[in-house]
Amino acid sequence: MPDSILTLDGVGVRFGGLKAVDDVSLCVKRGERRAIIGPNGAGKTTLFNAISGVIRPTSGRVTFEGRDVTSAPPHRRAAAGISRTFQITNLFPSLTVRENMELAIWGLVARKFSFFGSRKLTAGEDARAKRALELARLGARADVLVSALSYGEQRQLELAMTLATSPKMLLLDEPAAGLSPSERIIVADVIRALPTDLTIILIEHDMDLVLSLVDWVTCLSNGRFLAEGAPAEIRTNADIQDVYLGRARPHA
Amino acid sequence: MSTPLVSALPPVDRAAPTKRVLVWLCIVLAALLALPLLLPGYQISIATQILIFSILAMSIDILAGFVGRTPLGHGAIFGVSTYVVIYWTASLGGSLWVGMGLGILAATLLAAVFALLAIRTSGVYFLLLTLALGMIVWGVCLRSTGITGGENGLRGIGRPGFLVDHVHFYYAILLVTVPVTWIIWRFVHSPFGLTMRGIRESESRMRSLGYNVPLHLFLAFVASGFVAGIAGALYAVFNDFVSPSTVQLSQSVSALLMAITGGVGTLFGAFVGATAIILLENVVSVFTARWPSVLGLTFVLIMIFAPEGIVGRARILLAKRRRRS
Ligand SMILES: Nc1ncnc2c1ncn2[C@@H]1O[C@H](COP(=O)(O)OP(=O)(O)O)[C@@H](O)[C@H]1O
Ligand SMILES: [Mg+2]
Repeated sequence: MPDSILTLDGVGVRFGGLKAVDDVSLCVKRGERRAIIGPNGAGKTTLFNAISGVIRPTSGRVTFEGRDVTSAPPHRRAAAGISRTFQITNLFPSLTVRENMELAIWGLVARKFSFFGSRKLTAGEDARAKRALELARLGARADVLVSALSYGEQRQLELAMTLATSPKMLLLDEPAAGLSPSERIIVADVIRALPTDLTIILIEHDMDLVLSLVDWVTCLSNGRFLAEGAPAEIRTNADIQDVYLGRARPHA
Repeated sequence: MSTPLVSALPPVDRAAPTKRVLVWLCIVLAALLALPLLLPGYQISIATQILIFSILAMSIDILAGFVGRTPLGHGAIFGVSTYVVIYWTASLGGSLWVGMGLGILAATLLAAVFALLAIRTSGVYFLLLTLALGMIVWGVCLRSTGITGGENGLRGIGRPGFLVDHVHFYYAILLVTVPVTWIIWRFVHSPFGLTMRGIRESESRMRSLGYNVPLHLFLAFVASGFVAGIAGALYAVFNDFVSPSTVQLSQSVSALLMAITGGVGTLFGAFVGATAIILLENVVSVFTARWPSVLGLTFVLIMIFAPEGIVGRARILLAKRRRRS
């Protein structure tokens, strides 16, 4: 499959006796917009951790762009082009928004080893940072400490930090969790504005948001693969309705 | 990487560094230059000692304040440099300048060994591991009587002629301290320095952004050891004597206390902290021989009442006042 960017072969993650991810296989095509859905505790975040390297899978294989990255550390996977956001906001709270952007931008360039150099962004880097902040509606907040941002703004910064880099695949873990309806619209707009050749995997509970953004949905339940299909089929799939859509919508 | 996810827009200028800080630095520097005019000989050598320990406290601040890992073994790294300088000059008859270079090199290498063992840990485990490594160094210095003179220590050959005078020596140390401070300041404000603060705030985020976190921790630790080595080499010239007490735990504790008293993460707090602790030690030792107990008590009081340190507290108050006005 030359056009597949990410392949999981029987990936499993165990925490002691708990199989958080159990024998999951899937294949994501280059440029695809994929949603991963499933009730809380289904193993979605753990699957992201296995893909991005935060956790090493206890079984199975992760292949990214034809390379086996199953046991590669996270910074290698980032260098290979995997970028992610976190479900639980994971920023640098006592640094300013701009400093957070600097760290995002320098993650994959040699400048991070400049021991005595200036921290002034190059013209190109500065433009990227500004543009990313504007897209995420944070243009006026560059000099504010992250700890002083509202929760919604912190979620927007999570997005902006990935926007300023140039990944090949983006993993978004509930980017709209806990946001107000108007903030959700910002998130949806940002995701829609991303380049079409970028592969995106999205975890999200808001089904309207998910179904309007992606072209393929995978549903997990209890760590196992349950079903997959186009958004239209997902709405009518009986299995998925049983475990997921039929319930009250879970909140993260 | 090829094209970023966002397209290009024209750049904007960043705010210039505040003039206020520069003005303050000039005032402090003028005061340091004028100090010998005000103090008699004995007291000027206390000022010299404060400068040397400020460098040690800054080396600790690199780790404690910027990387967020508090070391308790820096007395050993510092003292090994002192040992090497005195052994090289007094026992081997080598030149002082080469000896100081070797001392700094030895401290840097020792820091690299400490770093390899300690960077996988954090929090209290990091503290205890560096403490244990420091204890090993102390034990080795105590036991290797043939080289270190054991408990008796090693006596140096005295300062070079032009440094014998207390005031001359003070200016010589000041002449080293100022550029060393400037270089450390550049270091913590460089792109690499920002990665150190990023690691302090969130290692998992740093990793997923592409940073090899253990490598950055290692480099920061080695840089910190290099600076501690400079302080140790200067101390060899200052003290002209070294014994296991130079590398012992209380050295690490008092140096860490200087960094904390001044305020970790403030860099210049190291000078305030070193001044406070060394002055306190000199005052206390007039009344009692129980300096270690007083040191411990000071530590507890600082941690309870001003954990952000003197400079840290001053910054908070200043920020509050500025917001009000
Ligand atoms: N680090 C961990 N240690 C132990 N158990 C974990 C850990 N991370 C997740 N789990 C467990 O794994 C299961 C899947 O969690 P998670 O992947 O966060 O689910 P989801 O993101 O689908 O809500 C849950 O039962 C959770 O408690
Ligand atoms: Mg989750």
